[in-house]
This record gives sequence, structure tokens and C-alpha cells, in this order.
Amino acid sequence: MAEAAIRAGCRFYFGYPITPQNEVAEYMSEHMPEAGGTFIQAESEIASIYMVLGASVTGARAMTSSSSPGISLKQEGISFLAGQELPAVILNVMRGGPGLGNIAGCQGDYFQATRGGGHGDYKTIVLAPGSVQELVDLTGVAFELADKYRNPVMILADGLIGQMREPVVLPEPVKHLPEKDWALRGAKGRPSRFSRSLILNVRRMEEHNWKLQRKFREIEANEIRFEQYLLEDAKLVVVAFGSAARVAKGAVKRLRKEGLKVGLFRPITLWPFPHKKIRELANECSEFLVYELNAGQMLEDVKLALSGSAEVFFYGRPGGVIPTPMDVAKIIGSRYYQRIKRKAK
Amino acid sequence: MKKIYGRPKYLKPRKFHYCAGCGHSLVHKMLMELVDELDIADRVIGVAPAGCAVLAYDYMDIDIVESAHGRGPAVATGIKRSVPNLVVINYQGDGDLAAIGTAESIHAASRGEQIMTVFINNGIYGMTGGQMAPTTLEGMRATTAPKGRDPRREGYPLDLSSLLAQIPGVVYAERVSVSTPRGIRQTKKALEAGLRCQLDGEPGLALIEVLSMCPTNWKMSPLDSCKWMDEVMSKKFQVKVLVDRRTKAIKKAASGNVD
Ligand code: SF4
Repeated sequence: MAEAAIRAGCRFYFGYPITPQNEVAEYMSEHMPEAGGTFIQAESEIASIYMVLGASVTGARAMTSSSSPGISLKQEGISFLAGQELPAVILNVMRGGPGLGNIAGCQGDYFQATRGGGHGDYKTIVLAPGSVQELVDLTGVAFELADKYRNPVMILADGLIGQMREPVVLPEPVKHLPEKDWALRGAKGRPSRFSRSLILNVRRMEEHNWKLQRKFREIEANEIRFEQYLLEDAKLVVVAFGSAARVAKGAVKRLRKEGLKVGLFRPITLWPFPHKKIRELANECSEFLVYELNAGQMLEDVKLALSGSAEVFFYGRPGGVIPTPMDVAKIIGSRYYQRIKRKAK
Repeated sequence: MKKIYGRPKYLKPRKFHYCAGCGHSLVHKMLMELVDELDIADRVIGVAPAGCAVLAYDYMDIDIVESAHGRGPAVATGIKRSVPNLVVINYQGDGDLAAIGTAESIHAASRGEQIMTVFINNGIYGMTGGQMAPTTLEGMRATTAPKGRDPRREGYPLDLSSLLAQIPGVVYAERVSVSTPRGIRQTKKALEAGLRCQLDGEPGLALIEVLSMCPTNWKMSPLDSCKWMDEVMSKKFQVKVLVDRRTKAIKKAASGNVD
């Protein structure tokens, strides 16, 4: 991921140690200077996100990475980035449980990531990779989207993907970065500029908020990503993201071999969420099963999408326990027999 | 006829929103005079704090980024590392620099970031309405210390600048006051010395603490505020050069300009 970020033109990395994502910072500390960039191990997660803000306001591509408790600390700065319309990429390798929790793979930060996370009416674009290769690919996408919409983008991974080792194909380094005619680099040959989120005039504040909302609608219209797996004839749709989707895919494969008509729908953008696509799926299929490594967070978005048009069953494992494809296949299989086979009889 | 005094070129023609007798407007004006005198308008960038000076961009005609409370040194770090040629002015208040942003202040200093921090110390939270600040003096009243600051209850006033001056990454630290014409002249000299650190490539942070009046929250007339600052506040926070680690040769050359 770190190498992909450098190849995407990122030249500033600011972070603070927290497991399970220290490899990113360690890689950056060695290779960022080689690429002519800057690596700083900051005094806190808070400081590191504001260093990102400082670099970003000058037009540079900058990022930080952390894990759940550290991301909570960064939320203040993420809100400021969104309010000041500054691009940035934030990698969250989620840990299990509230508080310190543990370092096992978990998806408990879905709500925090997809609802904005910090204070105020804003959204961050949230990308959820399902493999190490996809983490690499989405890193480039994250920087593109951040610049395109001048908005923070979060890559929401979990401990499982964070600690996985897989061969990957790295992208070619980007040659041309977008022009940023809004950047602040000293008022040379132009009037002075400022970047702010404090707008005391209530009408202007409202205008600014509506402007942000229009941008969010535009993102919703253009940037939704998802993967569909064996859905054509599926009678039961499993919905899962990130590493849970990877396990679910294994389970679906297994069940298909046994002749069960199950498929997988995997949102890649968690915000914007593919509500419309899920609603469409309900035209063909009336059984959904949401599987997450938490106690039911994306579940709410799936229910919202379906608005009662199909049955939703939930299977969740909070706290870092990662069931095998076999375990998940058992759950899906028994639901399938209960709802579909029995109906058929 | 020759114009010998006027509004600094880079001070926007706008009325300050600051209260009468407030020190902010004086410091703004001096900074903008220096931007003109040092001819750095096209390469200077300001970091404005949360607090009374949050609207600094309404007055200073230079590029300005707003920062969250306490995070100025981190924002300034990101900027300076990204565009080292920029002259970065990080403007902060006392609650900002010495309470919520203590960590950012200390670590920007310890990394020796090449920025100038202008630290406005008025011993109180101005914008939020006169709450106790880390720099509130013993016995001084605040809305959250209605009986006056008692060290046994509210702790002691914190002299963060003196602590910062001990950090090797700080190349220059001076405390000045804007309560008298003489103090104002010295403040401008100090600010110039601070800015020159960046122009001369001094390898570290410059800190200029300005003791500044807040008549509104001190509940004093502007005149009494100046007097109180001279007689009381500057006893605890002494006006002096706290540290000077500028490299000798440069120090010598600069002393011609500074003194
Ligand atoms: S409240 Fe105090 S610091 Fe703020 S503008 Fe008024 S006098 Fe100045």
C-alpha cells in the first residue's frame, strides 16, 4: 500500500505508531525520502492529520494511516479537511472492539467511517479493499478521488488484510498530477487566498454546507463501486465487504459446488453505498444475508436499501474472531435450506 | 509631499473587529509592515488560530490557513515541509499554544521546524468569554475561576515559552509586550528577528511571545490594562530574550538589522 501511495504521487506521510499498520510507516520512513518526499513520525495522531492538512493546503498529495483508536483521534482533523475542502487519504486498518480492543481483524468502524466520523455534516469517501491487490489498486483511486472532489478519502481495511502477505502487481508511477488552482503557496502574482471552515455568517454557512452536500450527491451519482459474484440465478444474496467478503466468497464457492444457488454482493465503496443496486437485486431475489465482522453496521444500509422488499438475515462476529469459509458456509447453507428449500417443498 | 506614515500595504482596508485596546490589531499591523519591509508578500503564509484572531485573513492580505485550536504548529509543519521556501507565520493564543496545543508546540520545537510562532499571551481565553487560561496569573479572576486563580485549586500559571526555550530546536525566543510605545517598538524588532530566522535559514523555530492586553475580559479600561500589564503581568512573564541560538555569523549580520 505504501509503495502504491508513493507511485500515486503521494510525497507526504505523517503518522503515529499503532498496531496493526506499523509496516506502512516503516516502509514510508525508508522509501519516502528516496522518492523526494517527507516522512514524519508525529507526536500524536492528532498532529499527524494536521500535518496532512498543512501539506494538502499547499497542493501536495499527503496521507496518514492508523488503526481504530488512532482514527478516532484523527476525526477532528478529518472534519476540518472536509470543511476546508482539502484532499487527503487516510488508511484505517481496523482493530477489534471499543476502547483499546485488540489487534485482530474486525469491521467495527463501519459506522464511524461511513457517517462522516467527526463533527458536522460531511462525508468521507470510504473504499473497502477485499484483498491486498485491491488495497494497492484502491490506493491510487483514493488519491484521484480525493483530488477530484477535494475531500478526504478513507481506505477502510482490517487487521486481516493488514497482516496478509500476497504477491501484488504494482501500478506504474503517475506522471502528471492535477493542477490545483486553489492551493496556497504564497500570493505570488495573484491576490492572497485563505482556506477556512469558520463561517460566522449563518447564511453563508448554510450556503457552504449546501455546496458540500451538492458535492456529496455528485459523488453518490458517479463513484459507486461494487463486485457481483454468481448473482445471475442466485436465490440468496450474501452481502459482505472487505475481508469478510473474501471469506464469504470462499463459502459461496463451496455451496455452489453443492448446488445451492447463492451469490455474493460486495460493496467496494461503503460511502457512497450502492443502495440502488441492492434494491435492484431484490427484484430477482427475496433473501439476503449480511455477514460482517461486527454486530451489524452495514446491515442498516442494506435494510435501508431494501426498505422491506426482501428478507434480511444477519450473521456477525464482533471482536476479532474470524470464521473460516466453512463456518460461514454452514450459516449460509442452513439459512438457504430454511428459507428456500423449505418454501420449494 | 512625501507620505511618511500610512496603512501598511498588506493590511486590508477594513475595520478591525477587535475590542478597543486589544493587542491583536497592533501585532497584525506590525506583521504586515514587516511583510512589506522584508519584501516577502509573495512567499509568506499565515496559520490563523481558533480564537479572537481566527479572522486574521480579513485583515492580512497574505495567504492564510485557518487551524483548529492548538494544531497550528502541526499545520505549519505540513506547509513548511511541503514548500520549504515559504516563510511561515504560526499565530497562536495562550490557551491555544499552552493548553490544548501543548504537545504540538513542544514537538514542533523539538523537531526544529523552521517556522515562526507568534504567541499572543493575554492570560485569558478571549473569544470564548474570559475563561481561565494556562497563563492566567495567580489571584486573577476569570469566568471559570471566579474567586481568582488559587494555585491549590487551579494550579500555577504556565510559562511555556521558557520551557520551549530550553529545547535545542528553538533558535530564537523572545518575550515582548505591547503595553507601551517602547514595548511596541521592541515587539516589531523581535518579530523581525523571528522572520529573519527563516530568511537566513536558521535551523529551527523562532518563538515570539507577545504580552497583549485583553481589556474586555480583564474588565479594565485600555489604559488600566496597559498599566496592569507593566506592573503585574510582566513581573511573572518577564520581557526578555529567552534564548538566542542563531548561528554566530548570521547573528552578527542580523544584529545590524535588529538592534
Ligand atoms: S476579547 Fe480580548 S483578545 Fe479578544 S478581541 Fe477583545 S480584547 Fe482582544
